[in-house]
Amino acid sequence: MPTRRTEEGFPDAADGSVAQPPSPAFEESATFDSRVIHYIQRAAATGLYEIRGMGAKRHLPHFDDLVFLGASLSRYPLEGYREKCSSKTTLGTRFAKRPIELALPITIAGMSFGALSANVKEALGRAASEIGTSTTTGDGGMTPEERRSSKMLVYQCLPSRYGFKPDDVRKADAIEVVIGQGAKPGGGGMLLGQKVSARVADMRTLPAGIDQRSASRHPDWTGPDDLTIKIKELREITDWQIPIYVKIGATRVFHDVKLAVHAGADVIVVDGMQGGTAATQWAFIEHVGIPTLAAVRQAVEALEEMNKKEDVQLIVSGGIRTGADVAKALALGADAVSIGQGILIALGCNASSYLQHGRPVSAVADYHDLGTAPGACHHCHTGRCPVGVTTQDPVLEQRLTPEVGARRVRNYLRTLNLELTMIARACGKQDVHHLEREDLVALTIEAAAMANVPLAGTSWIPGGAPNSPAR
Amino acid sequence: MRFDLRSKSVRELNQFLHGPLTGVEEVIVENPDGAHNLAVGLDAPVHIEIAGHAGYYAAGMNQQASVTVRGNAGPGVAENLMSGRVEVCGFASGGAGASAHGGLLVIRGDAGLRCGISLKGADIVVGGDVGSFSAFMAQAGRMVVCGDAGEGLGDSLYEAVIYVRGRVRSLGADARIEPMTDADHQAVRELLEAAGLTHASQEFKRVASARTLYHWNADANQTY
Repeated sequence: MPTRRTEEGFPDAADGSVAQPPSPAFEESATFDSRVIHYIQRAAATGLYEIRGMGAKRHLPHFDDLVFLGASLSRYPLEGYREKCSSKTTLGTRFAKRPIELALPITIAGMSFGALSANVKEALGRAASEIGTSTTTGDGGMTPEERRSSKMLVYQCLPSRYGFKPDDVRKADAIEVVIGQGAKPGGGGMLLGQKVSARVADMRTLPAGIDQRSASRHPDWTGPDDLTIKIKELREITDWQIPIYVKIGATRVFHDVKLAVHAGADVIVVDGMQGGTAATQWAFIEHVGIPTLAAVRQAVEALEEMNKKEDVQLIVSGGIRTGADVAKALALGADAVSIGQGILIALGCNASSYLQHGRPVSAVADYHDLGTAPGACHHCHTGRCPVGVTTQDPVLEQRLTPEVGARRVRNYLRTLNLELTMIARACGKQDVHHLEREDLVALTIEAAAMANVPLAGTSWIPGGAPNSPAR
Repeated sequence: MRFDLRSKSVRELNQFLHGPLTGVEEVIVENPDGAHNLAVGLDAPVHIEIAGHAGYYAAGMNQQASVTVRGNAGPGVAENLMSGRVEVCGFASGGAGASAHGGLLVIRGDAGLRCGISLKGADIVVGGDVGSFSAFMAQAGRMVVCGDAGEGLGDSLYEAVIYVRGRVRSLGADARIEPMTDADHQAVRELLEAAGLTHASQEFKRVASARTLYHWNADANQTY
């Protein structure tokens, strides 16, 4: 149908034609757009906030907004396929007698048995061990499967203390005291009843099938002075053998890192707001915390100001996806990164199919039943993961075997490390830990200000020069 | 044997207690002077006597051992207790028996805030009062309070049961007073006897979870 025109020659939306731009009668409000309208309608219908998995979906300044200045005349590159570039990483050198020695600066983040199936936990342990890195327990304790399969296992001490046992403390290669998580700093955990199977319930000393809430504060300490004593208790129990990590959700990072260092941490883990969760209120995920990019800079500045950069290692997490992300985090001052969601995606999360007897089987209908589609799924909280990753369902969990999962995660980690060392060589570094802030520039003013690196092509660092923390 | 903390460190004490304790039945810790982390992480059937006040986390994560504090104990005494027995002859500060999985904690005096928080199966007997928010999110186990309880007792309780002899200043969310059954009377008698106390079980009331928070959004047909 030809577009009817008004006398002034503008398109007339009233005749059904697509008006460009739309007439006011069809204009969507920027404040109350279709997503917001859906949110309000849903809230009005249920009286409950939405709970979902994964991390922040909104656009945030991130590592994509930084680029490396590869070597040229002013720097010598290393030969990409001939000259060695070390990625060896040591964590926990401050007080522990047995620091963690990794082949690469990429670790697997804490994810609970409960949120993930036992198959997946075993797969993570196998992949980490093959590639030479560590994996981490989560809320709910340590399973025998993951201890057996993990050469290096970090044991989380969480506010809930679900399944936290001294025998497992003594089996751990490091302890991670979890203060908070990037997806929900200040909030406790949540595992909805669908995922509280008999085994999960038994490990957590809870009735099966209930909606399990986790505390947001530790039961036996409150402030940083108490934390100092708590860390010493853990050291005494483990005879000062293994490193103690402290994990914080990124908010007031500069001060929190300083307090954690004062409290005696060997390693600080800073988790930015892009970090994932198995189940949390959406408003928490999208509106609490700061981006990883801003968090790294503040953490590094805190360590530098305390003159502890060489003693205390920094692990950064929250939206690390590629080898380039790892390289940028290291260049900004991290000693290692930790990956959760990227690992889940490597396992098959959000894929349109899963393998059964070596053949792909479509999972699209199962995504549809959850009200979502491959590529957009964040329904970890339901326990109905179509590809068998975040489930306790005995049928669904068979969709991912430990063998397939381990192979995929190993390949993913290997790819990241290849990319990382490739970038480091291109920047003229024989060791990935030699990457430095000077190797980076920013593509946006926001990223330049947050990361404290110059805007590309300029010497301008919005917000001040390095070591003038904006806090 | 005796271990004097004026001449030896807490580190030396714990290292010794983690070692092979062949032939050692009792260790008396002299001059504790409120030191933190005394006798933590034990896993042997040995008796430890702390001859004075203890600081934070005395007997933390204890397994098998029997530990007596002949004075007051700081925050987190017997936290994450797995088995064995811990006894505080004086008062206990906040978070006594926090997240304890098993064994028995006896506090002869009063206990501070959040006694038995996140309790996971241990038994706690308090001779005096307990502070506010005691048994917060307690999951399993039993707590006997011979005196009064502060504000918010048993908030967000799971399956743990509390027996209170005195006044309850207020109950926390989802906690309620229930009638005492024969099994409850029997449990109180056994726990009092284990603690060496002689109150009548008829003087106690039972506090347990109403379980309305187990599926807190059930009204919305699990629409999250």
